[in-house]
Amino acid sequence: MSTLLEVRGLTVEFSGQRALRAVDAVDLRVAAGERLAIVGESGCGKTQLLLACTGLLAANGRAQGSVRFEGRELLGEPEAVGAARGRDIGFVFQDAGGSLTPHRRIGDQLVEVAELTLGLSRDQARREAAAALERAGLPDARSRLAQYPHELSGGMRQRAAIALALVARPKLLFADEPTTALDVTVQAGILELIESLCRDSGMSLLLVTHDLGVVAALADRIAVMQSGRIVESATAAEFMRGPKEAYSRSLLESVLTLEGVA
Amino acid sequence: MSLGLWRDARAALAADRFALGCLAVLATLGVAAIAGPWLLDYREDEIDWANMAVPPLASPGHWLGTDRLGRDVLVRTLHGLRVSLAIALAATLVAVVIGVAWGAFAGYRRGRTDALMMRFVDVLYSLPQVFFVIILTVVFGRSPLTVLLAIGAFGWLTMARIVRGQAMALREREFIDAAIVGGATPARIVVRHVIPNLAGPVIVYATLTLPQVILVESFLSFLGIGIQEPLASLGNLVAEGAAEMETAPWMLAVPAACLMLVVFCFNFLGDSLRDALDPRDR
Repeated sequence: MSTLLEVRGLTVEFSGQRALRAVDAVDLRVAAGERLAIVGESGCGKTQLLLACTGLLAANGRAQGSVRFEGRELLGEPEAVGAARGRDIGFVFQDAGGSLTPHRRIGDQLVEVAELTLGLSRDQARREAAAALERAGLPDARSRLAQYPHELSGGMRQRAAIALALVARPKLLFADEPTTALDVTVQAGILELIESLCRDSGMSLLLVTHDLGVVAALADRIAVMQSGRIVESATAAEFMRGPKEAYSRSLLESVLTLEGVA
Repeated sequence: MSLGLWRDARAALAADRFALGCLAVLATLGVAAIAGPWLLDYREDEIDWANMAVPPLASPGHWLGTDRLGRDVLVRTLHGLRVSLAIALAATLVAVVIGVAWGAFAGYRRGRTDALMMRFVDVLYSLPQVFFVIILTVVFGRSPLTVLLAIGAFGWLTMARIVRGQAMALREREFIDAAIVGGATPARIVVRHVIPNLAGPVIVYATLTLPQVILVESFLSFLGIGIQEPLASLGNLVAEGAAEMETAPWMLAVPAACLMLVVFCFNFLGDSLRDALDPRDR
């Protein structure tokens, strides 16, 4: 399989009163069509890893190393990053409801992205926007275009946010805790959606989560991250059978089950 | 701007009878200020030699009396209201446009740009406004335009500060990152994703700026460095009236009541709008 995203020696540091190294010499690789999950506890640097790859670090953050998408270097190359994100790399944020601008119609936001990333005319962009909503599993796509984010439920807003990331039909989807803010039944629907999107379009996935249930449902391969480093990398099946690292085992064991309760 | 938000705000306002009353009073006064001087029998600078300093209702045609030069008090008050409102609206518009653009840009860019832009605001803040107006009138002469310039030069400062704070908070929200990922340029993000979210606070502050401008303009005109005779504004009408307080109290009472009513209604409407648009109640 050809390599889509290759990260080498990526280090992210934040300056400030106490300098902080959030990501420490991380190597990882996402092949075309592959679904990689990065798991780890809060604050282990997994979100910063995604932000660094897409040039979205906060002003006091600095990234070193190499991030290549289809062989093109993205790190420290604002133009390459600008061209890749949105078009080649879609991004679903943690609080996906929050990735929609509250005072603008959903349609306007989707159309804007379609115009900017694909260079479409307004009419074509409108069609693409409706198509993206349909792919994201929102019924009544046409009428949704005219609605405002606060008029949708949490799950539907998440679907609209996924549609926003899908408008340009990216080859790779970054998903940062895409289900954390949702309740369990809605989570299942969103996971199914992401799963089917990857399967149908051959889109690759780089998923960041602390929820091993999500990982089991979605990932081909798993990378475990602890205080900025990747401590273990394995296929999903291997990992679930028996992780090698003590930290990975403790992560797996910390999953709550109902057995002990009853 | 969100229709949903406006719908909620409209519903909240519609339930607020006092605010609706204020809106009705302002609308009536606005129409009267525009149409009144044409409909009434006298012009604002027309002297009725036969009826000087007559009290209200004492002479046909002069419903609210005349001043010492025989000019109709009602017509002059409506004319003054028109000038005062026009200056207030224009100055508020200037404050909104400059303040929002300045504040949103500074807040979005952060860092050095923000520091430089906001220090400039601080410097302007520290200038004494009245001296500035006196200098302006010396340089440009006394005209409504000078008054507008003087008020507009300071009116946007507070707006810029409010908007900058809001923009800084908005900047940290995920939809800004989502817009960046979607390929939007910084200018586009400010115009399409930051400013529309500021509509609530901006409208509220603009509504509260209007009466402030009317008061400042009246104050300047009262001091004699604002609007000048024969042009009337509420400020110089009150000044004229104050001079005749003992002999012709209606000359003070009519424009002063009008001024108070307008300022009160704008202030109250602003407060009600603030409640109606409060995001925490959404």
